Amino acid sequence: MLHKQLLSSPKFELTIKRLCYQLIENHNDFSDSVIIGLQPRGIYLASCIQKELQNILPKSTINCGFLDITFFRDDFRRRESPLVPNSTRIDFIIEGKNVIIVDDVLFTGRTIRSGMDAMLAYGRPKTVELLVLVDRRFSREIPIEPDYIGMQVDSIASQNVRVSWKESEGENKVELITNK
Amino acid sequence: MQNLSTRHLLGIKDLTENDIQLILETADNFKEIINRPIKKVPSLRDVTIANIFFENSTRTKLSFELAQKRLSADIINFAASSSSVSKGETLIDTVNNILAMKVDMIVMRHPYPGAGIFLSKHINAQIVNAGDGAHEHPTQALLDAFSIRQKYGDVAGKKVVIVGDILHSRVALSNILCLQKLGAEVMVCGPTTLMPRYIKDLGVKVEHNLLKALNWCDVANMLRIQLERFDIKYFPSIREYSMMYGLNKQILDSLDKEIIVMHPGPINRGVEITSDVADSKQSVILEQVENGVAVRMAVMYLLASQNQVG
Repeated sequence: MLHKQLLSSPKFELTIKRLCYQLIENHNDFSDSVIIGLQPRGIYLASCIQKELQNILPKSTINCGFLDITFFRDDFRRRESPLVPNSTRIDFIIEGKNVIIVDDVLFTGRTIRSGMDAMLAYGRPKTVELLVLVDRRFSREIPIEPDYIGMQVDSIASQNVRVSWKESEGENKVELITNK
Repeated sequence: MQNLSTRHLLGIKDLTENDIQLILETADNFKEIINRPIKKVPSLRDVTIANIFFENSTRTKLSFELAQKRLSADIINFAASSSSVSKGETLIDTVNNILAMKVDMIVMRHPYPGAGIFLSKHINAQIVNAGDGAHEHPTQALLDAFSIRQKYGDVAGKKVVIVGDILHSRVALSNILCLQKLGAEVMVCGPTTLMPRYIKDLGVKVEHNLLKALNWCDVANMLRIQLERFDIKYFPSIREYSMMYGLNKQILDSLDKEIIVMHPGPINRGVEITSDVADSKQSVILEQVENGVAVRMAVMYLLASQNQVG
């Protein structure tokens, strides 16, 4: 296995900061906007963004929830092992809000489609946007594109993009993994 | 995540501790889902399930049906009383005819013990046992374990007493097996005539004094007297049974700790449990019903996931 570092710690944090300022350009003080991180890996980015936004906008309340999409996936009964469900934690109403769906890596787009389906169980948002840390270009299987992108990566299907987080893995980094 | 170790849910006997934990953990997620404003998920949208009930049922049938609808499965319902069974059709023929309509899973309740096991050897679909005679009622045991876990955080180390008609109860056997696999201590309590002869071989404590049993336990699971299964008289009168083994508020309040009271339903108020106990804050009877939907969703979700499309 070949590991190639695409984004390392200082640049990683700078990217998060840049994404936050881009969000503020469109969502002002976040009074009508909420963040929803997709389980399992999108929740780290969502929490990170929430924390950073709260630093930049100390007077605002930044609502951030975690959404599990397991039961809405389109590959149920099409894989060897059952899909692992995670917890959902959304303690606010998304009806009429501007929702920003957050995930770490955008690849085929199928997770995001499931995420949008799962999210509708909590109400009808006014608008829905998508923020991803890594956009694996030219690999989409359905027509879904992100509104905010941390970085773009050109990769082939057999490669893997892994985002590591300080909270869970001890270091903030993005790696491209090639199976030899 | 691992799969269940079994293709059918015929009884708790076939499940490992890991299987039970997997079902309970998956049910946690479904419990959250059935409390959402929109309670439906599309997981089983291409799965067809037949509910075949050869015996009367209210809770179990509705609970299974609702669980299937919440999972977006297609369902057909079949009640033996209004079917060709009364014209002399055999069980295998009835089920094979249903399967010819391309059904993937069968949920069956039958008055004969082992009916589900018999069927699983002769047909191709997955089978969920919704109660077979006085043998097993696995989903009831799973939802009881789920309810205990919800109240106490864990089933292991808890003391559970099952009170009443142990002899005719499928809930008792499934509960004993399930609770023991999860590490709980189990006691059965009731008149000697309603105790199966070799019950001690299951590793349970046997007590004939209700007060002693209640003082020992953390959870009391009160069972109904199954008069419809009585071939002889097992005790002099319902009134006497109720005086000896009925749970009332006075007994409950006399205990030095707060136990939780469970009942698989249907309740015979005034017989095994009085109204003030059934409606008290120590009673989790209605929570059991709610948990039943989540647990049955988990069971059918995990079983269906073993069947690949195409």
